[in-house]
Amino acid sequence: MDLKSLTIKEARKSLDAKEYSALELTDAYLKAIHERDGEIHAYLEVWEKTAREEAKEADEMIARGESQSLTGIPIAVKDNILIDGRIASAGSKMLENYTASYDATVITKLKSQGAVFLGRTNMDEFAMGSSTENSAFGPSKNPIDIKRVPGGSSGGSAAAVAGDLALAALGSDTGGSIRQPASLTGLVGLKPTYGAVSRYGLIAMGSSLDQIGPLTKTIDDARIIFDAICGNDKNDSTSLPNSPRSDLGNSKGRTLKIGVPRVFLASGVNSDVLANFEKTLSRLEKNGHKIKDVDLPSLPSALAVYYIVMPAESSTNLARFDGIRYGLSVPALNIQEVYAKTRGQGFGPEVRRRILLGTFVLSSGYADAYYRKALAVREIIRADFARVLGSVDAIVTPTTPGPAFKFGEKSDPLAMYLEDIFTVPVNLAGVPALSVPMGTVAREGKDLPVGFQIIGPHGNEEMLFQIGNDIERE
Amino acid sequence: MTDKVDVRALAQLARLEVSDEELAKLEREIPDILKFVETIQAVSAQGYDEPKKVSGKSKALSPQLMNVMREDENPHEGGAYTDALMKAAPARVGNRIAVKQVIKRGTSH
Repeated sequence: MDLKSLTIKEARKSLDAKEYSALELTDAYLKAIHERDGEIHAYLEVWEKTAREEAKEADEMIARGESQSLTGIPIAVKDNILIDGRIASAGSKMLENYTASYDATVITKLKSQGAVFLGRTNMDEFAMGSSTENSAFGPSKNPIDIKRVPGGSSGGSAAAVAGDLALAALGSDTGGSIRQPASLTGLVGLKPTYGAVSRYGLIAMGSSLDQIGPLTKTIDDARIIFDAICGNDKNDSTSLPNSPRSDLGNSKGRTLKIGVPRVFLASGVNSDVLANFEKTLSRLEKNGHKIKDVDLPSLPSALAVYYIVMPAESSTNLARFDGIRYGLSVPALNIQEVYAKTRGQGFGPEVRRRILLGTFVLSSGYADAYYRKALAVREIIRADFARVLGSVDAIVTPTTPGPAFKFGEKSDPLAMYLEDIFTVPVNLAGVPALSVPMGTVAREGKDLPVGFQIIGPHGNEEMLFQIGNDIERE
Repeated sequence: MTDKVDVRALAQLARLEVSDEELAKLEREIPDILKFVETIQAVSAQGYDEPKKVSGKSKALSPQLMNVMREDENPHEGGAYTDALMKAAPARVGNRIAVKQVIKRGTSH
C-alpha cells in the first residue's frame, strides 16, 4: 500500500477485499510514525499497543462480515477529545497527567465502528492559537515545509494526515482550528453546523463556538467521518435534533448560486492566494454554477466580536482548573494560593492572556460595553448570513489570507488573530464550512497549499461536499 | 475607551499568579487587543439587544434559541462513578477530596 495516495475509501475497499489486513495497515502507519514523527512532532503520544489490538479486533469484524465504513481505519485524535483511560492534555501542562474517565461521544461512535486510534495529536494549548506554537509540548512542523507551521489549533492532526502518519484525524474548530490547518497543509477540513456533532467529551474552549470535525485527504473521506460522528446526543443539550438529510433538498447536479463577499476580500489577502481563488471560482462557473457578488456588511466586525465572545467563554470554561478536583495542583500555604499558583504555572502565556481578556470583558462596569454589545453584533452577523444564504446557496472565501507562515513570524498576538479573519464569522453564525485545497502558491522556492472555504446554511454539509467535489475533480 | 487596564486586579479576579515581568508585557498587549475589539462600538446594534429568533421565512435553517430540558429520570446507582472521578483528584481522604483549610477556627470578621 502507498500511504501517500491512500484514502479511507480506498483502504475500505482493500480491507474488505482482504488485500491487506487492518493490522498490516496499522503497522504501516506505526512504522511511518516511528520513522518520521521525530521530525514532524504531530503526535504527543502514540498508542502502539492498543492500536494493534484495535486493528486485530477490526480484522475480526471484517472477517465476520460486520465491516462498517471506518472499521480498521487508523485515525489520529486531537488531544482535547477524551478517550476513557487515556491522557487528554489539551496541549497544556495543566492536564499533562490527566487521564480521561469517559469516552467523548464521537469516540464512542468511532469505537462502535471499529476504528483504530493511533495516538493523540499536538495542538495549541486549550485550542488557543493558529500554529501549534502555543502547545506546552513544543510545536508541530508542516510536513510540506518543516520551517513552517502546520496551522492550528488542530495543527498536530493536520500534520499527521498531511505527513501520511494517519489516514484521517479528528480536530476541533472554535474559530478556524480545523479549516486553517487544513488550508496550510493541503487537506480537506470540515467545521460542521453548530450542534451537528456532540461536544460531550471535548475539552471546552468557547462553548457557543466549538465543534468537532474531520481533517482528511479527500472530500469523500471527510463525509465518511462526518457521517460517523454526527447526530443528536442527550449528553450535549446543544446538539441538534436528528433531521433526515432529505429535508434539505438534493443539490446534486443542480446549478447553485455561489456568493462572493468581494468587498471583504479586497484587502489583506495575498495576491497569489486571491488569484487561486478566482481560478477556482471560474472552475465552478464552468461546472455550471452561478457566481454572484454578495454583501455581508457585518463581516468586518466579526473578528472583534470573536475576540470578546471567545475569551469570555474560555475564561469561564477554564475557571474549573483550580488544582482541586483534577489536573495540576501546586502545593501552597492556603487554598487561595493553590488556585493562583496552579493556574499561573499550569496555563501558558496565550491562555493566561485570554483568561485576563475574558475576565475584563465580563467584569462589572465593562460587560455592557464589551460582552453584551458583542452578543448583539453577533446577532447582526448571524442575521447577515441568514439573509445572504436566503438568496444564494453558498458563500465562498479563501480559507486563510496566506499560506503557511514560518515559526516565530507572528509573535504579535493581533497578527496571529488576523489569520482567522475568514473563518471566525462562520463559528459566530453557527453555519457549516468546508476548506478544500485550491492549489499552491510559491514562497522561497516551495509550493505551499492554500484552501478555498465554502460556507453553507445550517444543516447542509451535504451541499458543501457537492461543491467541494466539483473543485476536487479538476 | 480604556485608557488604563489594571491587569494586576484582573489577575486577582481570575485567580492567576502573574509575574511582574509578564504583567508589564500584558499591560501593553491587553490595551492593544481591547483597542482592536472596541471597533464594534461603532456598529449600530439597535433592535439586537439580545439573541433573537431568526425569521422562519429565511431559507437558512437557523436554530432558534430555546431551553433544552429533559426528564429527571433513570438516575445511575449512587457511587457508580465515584472512584473513577476521585482517582483524578490531587489529594484524597476516603471518598472526599482533601483541600487546604478554608475557614479558620476562632476568627471573626
